[in-house]
Amino acid sequence: MTARTARGVAGATLAAALITGVTACSAPAAGGSGADAVVVGIATEPETLSPLLGYGKDGNSKIFDGLLTHDADMRLKPALAEALPEVSADGRTYTYGLRKGVTFSDGEPFSAKDVVFTYRTILDAGTNNASKTELDAIESVMARGEATVVFTLKYPYAPFAERTVLPIAPEHIAGKQDVNSGDFTTRPVGTGPYTLAGWSKGEKISFRANPGYWGGEPAVKRFTMAVVKDDDVRATRLRSGELDGAILPPNLARGFAEDPARSTYAAKTFDYRNVTLPTHHPVTGDVAVRRALDIAVDRGAMVDKLLEGAGRPAHGPVPTGSPWFAAGTERRHDLDAAKRILDEAGWKPGEDGIRVKDGVRASFPLWYTSGDKIRQDHALAFASDAKKAGVEVRTEAGTWEVIEPRMRTEAVLAGGGSPADPDFDQYQLLTSSLGGDGFNNMARYDEPAVDAALAEGRRSGDPAARKAAYDTVQRELVKNPGYVFLTHIDHVYVVGDKWEGLTTQVEPHDHGLGSGPWWNVETWKPKQK
Amino acid sequence: MARMAGRRTLFAAPVLLAVTFGVFAIADLSPFDPVKAYAGTAGLTASQADLDQLRLNLAVDRPLVTRWWDWLTSALTGDLGTSSVMRRPVADVIAERVGWSALLAACAFAVAVLVGTVFGVLAARRPGGPLDRIVSGLAYTLEAAPAFWLGLLAIWFFSVRLGALPSGGLTDAGSDTIGFGQVASHLVLPTLVLGLSQLPWFFLYVRQGVADALAEDPVRGARARGLAERTVLLGHGLRSGMLPMLTLIGSRVPELITGALLVETVFSWPGIAAATVQAATSVDFPLLAALTVLATAAVLAGNLLSDLLYGLADPRVGFDG
Repeated sequence: MTARTARGVAGATLAAALITGVTACSAPAAGGSGADAVVVGIATEPETLSPLLGYGKDGNSKIFDGLLTHDADMRLKPALAEALPEVSADGRTYTYGLRKGVTFSDGEPFSAKDVVFTYRTILDAGTNNASKTELDAIESVMARGEATVVFTLKYPYAPFAERTVLPIAPEHIAGKQDVNSGDFTTRPVGTGPYTLAGWSKGEKISFRANPGYWGGEPAVKRFTMAVVKDDDVRATRLRSGELDGAILPPNLARGFAEDPARSTYAAKTFDYRNVTLPTHHPVTGDVAVRRALDIAVDRGAMVDKLLEGAGRPAHGPVPTGSPWFAAGTERRHDLDAAKRILDEAGWKPGEDGIRVKDGVRASFPLWYTSGDKIRQDHALAFASDAKKAGVEVRTEAGTWEVIEPRMRTEAVLAGGGSPADPDFDQYQLLTSSLGGDGFNNMARYDEPAVDAALAEGRRSGDPAARKAAYDTVQRELVKNPGYVFLTHIDHVYVVGDKWEGLTTQVEPHDHGLGSGPWWNVETWKPKQK
Repeated sequence: MARMAGRRTLFAAPVLLAVTFGVFAIADLSPFDPVKAYAGTAGLTASQADLDQLRLNLAVDRPLVTRWWDWLTSALTGDLGTSSVMRRPVADVIAERVGWSALLAACAFAVAVLVGTVFGVLAARRPGGPLDRIVSGLAYTLEAAPAFWLGLLAIWFFSVRLGALPSGGLTDAGSDTIGFGQVASHLVLPTLVLGLSQLPWFFLYVRQGVADALAEDPVRGARARGLAERTVLLGHGLRSGMLPMLTLIGSRVPELITGALLVETVFSWPGIAAATVQAATSVDFPLLAALTVLATAAVLAGNLLSDLLYGLADPRVGFDG
């Protein structure tokens, strides 16, 4: 090639690029789906689609139904059960009458034996279901005839009905294979509004409307969850039109704020980030230090700066908007009061500004899980706020394997939250007998008044008594914080405006597949133009 | 030639054996806990008793050698075990994915070799000429560019700006069937990105090899005898210039596998590379060991291939080396 032809080629290439560039600007974005199809981008995919191994345990599993389900306000309503359960006076027997005429998507009828099979299999020691602790209260589950199921509990457990949103698996299929590795783990069959059309791991999960669904065939005929791990790629594919909706971090979602064809949904959550204050550490074990840190943190600034406004200050495990929130337990950011508490408790500023008491320096390590940017940001902000009060917090990153052996005495930037019932989260987080049991009660919090209130809350069937019990827990947490709650984090979604009926539920810490505006995709209707 | 292939194959057996044992040993030493990986977020709320039961069920506390020996003996009878991270038999996991990875790698390799060779030869004709300067500059830039970044750039340009090509997945996200046209169009971007990230090596080797060959006496002699430029270039220059590249082909196989990992992640390509990382971080022994055997076999085969090609291209090199 001579110099002249080289220049010619370069010129032609440039011209071609310009032409394609111009046509590209006028070309409409390619639609990723047809009129009755919805494609959403999700960040994580489940390991399994078998409810026996934990899939869909919080409801909204699309392929399956539980005995009960939640409405938009997270109130329980019947699904495979005919009505809400009858609870015996002692709170230990729950009886469910089952809906009649329901079939699995393979045509086989659903009956009480499937319910019994599902619960018994999960509770079986040989089943590798890591969530089975949630069903600890069950002593036995039995079928009474074809259409009635009776649960007997080991102890009166008020929130038990909330656990029965768990999906029901068909015994005639799942009962015939290895529960831990059989075909059913990736090719499930259920009674739900959708059937599984395909699951290409790491790429997408596709669902088809179930024409025989007892609740009526959904208008969205094809529903696909595309697995896109990287936030930027997900935002890009949403912009290119290949996705109709996606979960996004707040900063990327803001890029779609001005887009007239898409709406942003910020789902309120129980998803909190907190700092554990281990009782077994000389600094964090001191109630004065705990109280001081609890008011030294600037929660409002964290919401504004770390979450870009997509969240709320957390004053305890229960978010301020929840009916379970104990009014009056809000903590104002008050650095002076924090200093005063420390002064009065004998923590005097040392030469380097860090306080000292009886030769103990007010300093402790704070671990966060490496690679989790939100936790890292929270940890650094907490350390900087604590420093202003004269407490040194040394932030360190590690995996859970590194953190776990240190949890007894070292602080951890943790997360959690379960909206269904206050018991689910608080009992494990605060009960003294669960201190150091797995990842439960990481701080080894030990407060008899809280223990008593938590026990009352789970045993009492009276809503007013339960509310009073959880109010007590939240008030005790002000007097003796075992954790510094920082923020409740909104989950942000961007979805195209082609459908009607989009809402969000209050969401848990864990991003299940059923979260997001598509929690009720089976009831979406096409928008009238 | 057959003898060399046979000898290498015999030699591969102990290598593979050692590699699998190495995988078990390293995974055993790794700080990751298979039980935590298996339980995931559910493990954060599970009771210690349930976690202990899970540990028992997954049988991860047996001694290293026992576990390896059990895996090996059952693998030899065709049972590759069950992947804990995928909740499926290992054989199924691999069968489902390896084809897609092989397809992507093969296409990318073809792009890299063909384009690299063509531009290498063209550039070598006039070292220091405008084409050489432009393409060499691009090659050095590409060599430094991470495949991940190239992927994002390609998605931005071809999918968002031009709307011409899909930006991820094996087929359209809304489509449930795997058709040829769908896969072909979805294959273009990942192939280009993976191919481009490999291309500089081939280009630079060919360019250097051919340029050196063109400067040697036999070529000058050929030119002096008045042979056509095409004959000189392809018959003499390319032939000896290809030699270093043939060795390169084999040695690029591992790089191709690691490169594929990033590209598969960016493009949600359901291949084996993503599964490898998951298996490693979850200390999923059966899956990890099987995948390592595959990767090792690919590298050994790559080396064998390059030696065979070398022998074919240059008769002076024997097959007994």
